[in-house]
Order: sequence, then structure tokens, then C-alpha cells
Amino acid sequence: MKTTRPAVFKPSLLAGPAIDQTGVEERTARFTKRSIKAASKMQGLLMTLSMIDLTTLEGKDSVGKVEQLCYKALHLHDAFEGLPTVAAICVYPSHVRTAKKALQDSLVKVASVATAFPAGQSSIDIKLAETRFAVAEGADEIDMVISRGKFLAGEYEYVFDEIAAIKAACGAARLKVILETGELGSLDDVRKASQLAIAAGADFIKTSTGKIQPAATLPVTLVMLETIRDHYYKTGCKVGMKPAGGISTSKLALHYLVMLNETLGADWMNPHWFRFGASSLANNVLLQIAKEKEGCYQSPNYFSVD
Amino acid sequence: MKKSTQRLSVLKTYKLYIGGQFPRTESGRYVAALDANGNKIANLCLASRKDCREAIVAARGALGSWSQRAANNRGQILYRIAELVESRKEAFIAELQQQGLSRSAATRETNAAIDCLIYYAGWCDKYQAIFSTVNPVASSHYNFSVCEPMGVVTLLAPASPLLGLVSVLAPCVAGGNTAVVLANEKRSLSAISLAEVLHSSDVPGGVVNILTGSYAELLPWIVEHRDVNAVVYAEKDAAQLPSLRTKATGNLKRVLHWPLDDWQQAEVQSPYRILDLQEIKTTWHPIQQIAGSGASY
Repeated sequence: MKTTRPAVFKPSLLAGPAIDQTGVEERTARFTKRSIKAASKMQGLLMTLSMIDLTTLEGKDSVGKVEQLCYKALHLHDAFEGLPTVAAICVYPSHVRTAKKALQDSLVKVASVATAFPAGQSSIDIKLAETRFAVAEGADEIDMVISRGKFLAGEYEYVFDEIAAIKAACGAARLKVILETGELGSLDDVRKASQLAIAAGADFIKTSTGKIQPAATLPVTLVMLETIRDHYYKTGCKVGMKPAGGISTSKLALHYLVMLNETLGADWMNPHWFRFGASSLANNVLLQIAKEKEGCYQSPNYFSVD
Repeated sequence: MKKSTQRLSVLKTYKLYIGGQFPRTESGRYVAALDANGNKIANLCLASRKDCREAIVAARGALGSWSQRAANNRGQILYRIAELVESRKEAFIAELQQQGLSRSAATRETNAAIDCLIYYAGWCDKYQAIFSTVNPVASSHYNFSVCEPMGVVTLLAPASPLLGLVSVLAPCVAGGNTAVVLANEKRSLSAISLAEVLHSSDVPGGVVNILTGSYAELLPWIVEHRDVNAVVYAEKDAAQLPSLRTKATGNLKRVLHWPLDDWQQAEVQSPYRILDLQEIKTTWHPIQQIAGSGASY
């Protein structure tokens, strides 16, 4: 999928509607009140599983831990037949090769964070080198962080050029741009950063690193989804969305899917265009699926940790 | 114009107690609590199965730190609960009277409940020493058995509104378990008032969770829940018991029956109630068997 967007910064990229925070919050509150019947719920749970970027981004990550997580990605809960695999494994660049090997020829992608994750406080050369390293190791997707310090200081062109340069370094790998909305302050800034990232070539925009609170929230995600929608109406180009961090219950995941469906529609309701960045969500969804199947509430004791 | 001197009554809505907070039921259902003459005295939450689930999640979350807390500290916290019930004694007595007890019966009930808390506060750091054993075995092992809390325990509170509740709750938490209490259907007010005391007496959130609702509706969900380790049923009437036992088989949870109706009797309080809610872990630790070597010292 080739994009024909010009990777040249123009101040007009920043122009957008002012965000009505109260309106956004009221709108998102309604997504949490939809009545979801049992059959749809089951479909939603399975869809959620298939959209998860199963993530481990800890200093203590080891080869064993990553291999274990890859096994979990392929075998979520073998006691149940017909479960999907997750969409991708998300690791640090040093573990890409391990993950790639463990996942072999399955359809599960390997995503790697890059660009001095999570703070992004490094030089562009190091960020580019890290990106090239992750791609060379076999990463299918790159999750980069934007330079929030520069963004908040008003150096939008720097941020734009950085994203465009990383995009070029990604080659065939899809680029997810992490805005780290918890550090941006206002929904207006979220909108602005989303427009900037999309114009600079992002294949996905992603809320958070998961290292900062608040991480993904429904209002922030709605603003980003609406940016994607406006971009689609204007250019016909689709951009993916990945809320990450803090989505740990299946109920909340279903709220996100409702919002996605009512904002971007069925075309985005698949792992190619929507992901959940999460580490504990998968098991919570499995608990709910087990409850639907067996008719009684479940215990985490009967599910593998990772 | 005649000015009314009668003050409007302030009726209380009794909420649930889950994870150290007082949420309303997520179902939005309430029932009126009536006094002995059929007058409405308060609104009570009618908990749903989702409230039960939340309570069990909260209890599971609180289990780790509560069970590993120093035993004497658990005792101090139980004692603190007793102190606070003592200081709110008049309110508890008045509430029991509202629910149909005479003044003297209500006073007796409240005093006994306080004494019960203090009794189990004392046992917190002693039952392990009494019930743990070093076992004689015929091989080269040091073999010992120690008590460990069962985990998340569901308590179906007996009809004695305050004393009965405390008599099942205190041994449960004294032994390091966390509790989900289903308040007695007929007299639930004291349970929620006790929750208000627990909330202000150093009991960590989630260690005790109290729900008011319909037994018929909630029991199947609680007893079948895979993350509950034990259920205590404390009514003399055993009619419900076979169905509870059947439903509990899913995760082999323990179903304990304490068939009592008079909770005032002295022998009701016993360290064996703590033991009832303990699992015994036996360890075989290999050792050099000195006596077996023939050395005589």
C-alpha cells in the first residue's frame, strides 16, 4: 500500500477544529452504555483477541521471557478451539530476532519499539540507527515515539521531519507513531500531533508508551479516530489506530470497539487497521470467553500468565 | 400560617462495600428495609451478580498482602475494629432495635459482637503455634505441617444480624483470608454499618467486602465462581446444603456448615473456626538422620 503524501512540512498541517472537551467526554460516555447481546459480545471478544499487540517492554525482558510470550501469542488457550492468535508481539529491538525465530512462519507480526523508547530523548542519528537495526533484525512494524519536548516547545517542523525520516528508514515495515498523549496536555494538542504524524507518513497512530499515566483513554482515542476519519475523507487514505496502555478489561476493550465502529466503521474493524497495545488484556478476554462458554465466573489460576 | 416544627426524616441509603469503597449496586436496584411494624426505615442495594464478581476480584486482589501481613498486626487491626464498634455502640443498638430487637437483646448482641472481635484479635498470632505440627516420620526428613489461609472465602451471614456476622467474619479474616459477605437477607442493615466501621479501622480495602441482596439470585453465581476458595454457610437449617455442595464442585471449593442458631453461647467462639478456614501445608525437608547413624550423644 503506497502512500502519495508529500513528506514536507506545511504550517497548514496544524490547522484543525478546536476540540470541545466536554463534548468529547459526553460522546465517549455514551459508547460505554450500548447494550451488547451475548452473541455480539462473543464476536467482540474474539475480535479483541485478534487485535492485541501482546507487549513486553521491561528492563528485565530476557530471551526466555520473549519466547514464552511468543508461545502465548500462538496458543492463547488451547483448551478452547477456534481462538484466533494475537495480531503481533511488541518487544524492544534487541528481542526482535528472538521473537521472529519463535514465531517462525505464523501470521503473528513482530513489532519493535524504536527511537529511544519511551522518552525519545536522543539524537536523530541514534534513532535512525535503532530503527534500521530493528528492521534489519526482522521487525514487521516499528513503534516510534515523537519528541514531545520539541512538540510542546512548538518545533513542529522538527517533529514532522523526524517522523518522515524514520518512516523512510522503516522501508517495508509499517510505522506506528506514539504521541504519548499523557504528556501532551490537551485534546487540541492530541489533534494537532495526530495530524502531524499522519501527514509525515504514519501508518498507525498510537496513544501511549504505557510508561506514563494517563495512558490510553476513550476521549483521547476518539479525537485520534476523528482525525483519521477527517484525513480519510480528505485524501482517501486509511491510517490505523492503536490505543495502548491501561486497557486491561474486556469490557473496556468492547467499549473501544463500539467507538471504533461508530467513528470509522466496519472497514477499520480488523487487525490490519486497529490494535490494542496491552499485556494483561488477553487473559481478561479469555476469562470472559470461558465464562460465556461455561456459564460461571472464572479464576485466573486456570490461564497461563504469559 | 402555622409553621411545622416536625423535622423531615433523613432516610439512609445503605450502599455496598467493595474493595474499600461504598459503591451503589451497578444494577441500580434498591429495596426498602422495613422495621418490625412494616415502616420503611432505609433503602438497601439489591446487589447483582456483577457486584458479586467485583467483590470477589477485590477480595482476590487484597489476599496477597493481607495473608502475608504479620499475624500480630492482623490482631491489632481486629482489636481496632472492636474499639470502633464500642465507640459507636449506641448507634448499633438503635439500629438493631429498629430491626425488631428489644433494647436489652440489642445491647447483649452488640456487646457480644465486640467481645467476639477481641477474642479473635487475640488468636491471630497464636493459632499457628497451636495447630502447626512437627510430624514423626520414618525416613530422613524433617516433616512439618503449617496453616495457610484458604484464600477468598464467601460468608453467608446468619440471621443474628451483628453477632452472627462478626462470629463468621472474625475467624475468617483472623486466619489471613479475605471475605465476601452476603449479608443476611432479612436483617442487612447492621452489616453495612459494620462496613462503615471497617472502612475507618485500618482494614485494607478488599479484605472484607459486604453485599446486600437476594440469596436465591446470587448464591449460584458465588458458589460456582472459580475464584472462590471456600463458602461458609452458618444456618441451622441444612436444606440448602446439598445444592451448595453440588455447585461448589467446579473448582473443588470447600463448603463449611456451621449449624448454629444461638450465637450467644460461649462455646460458639473457638479457634477451631479459624482452623476450619485454613489449609494445612506439609513439607518434607530432607535431613541427615543423626540418630540413624548410631551415634549416641
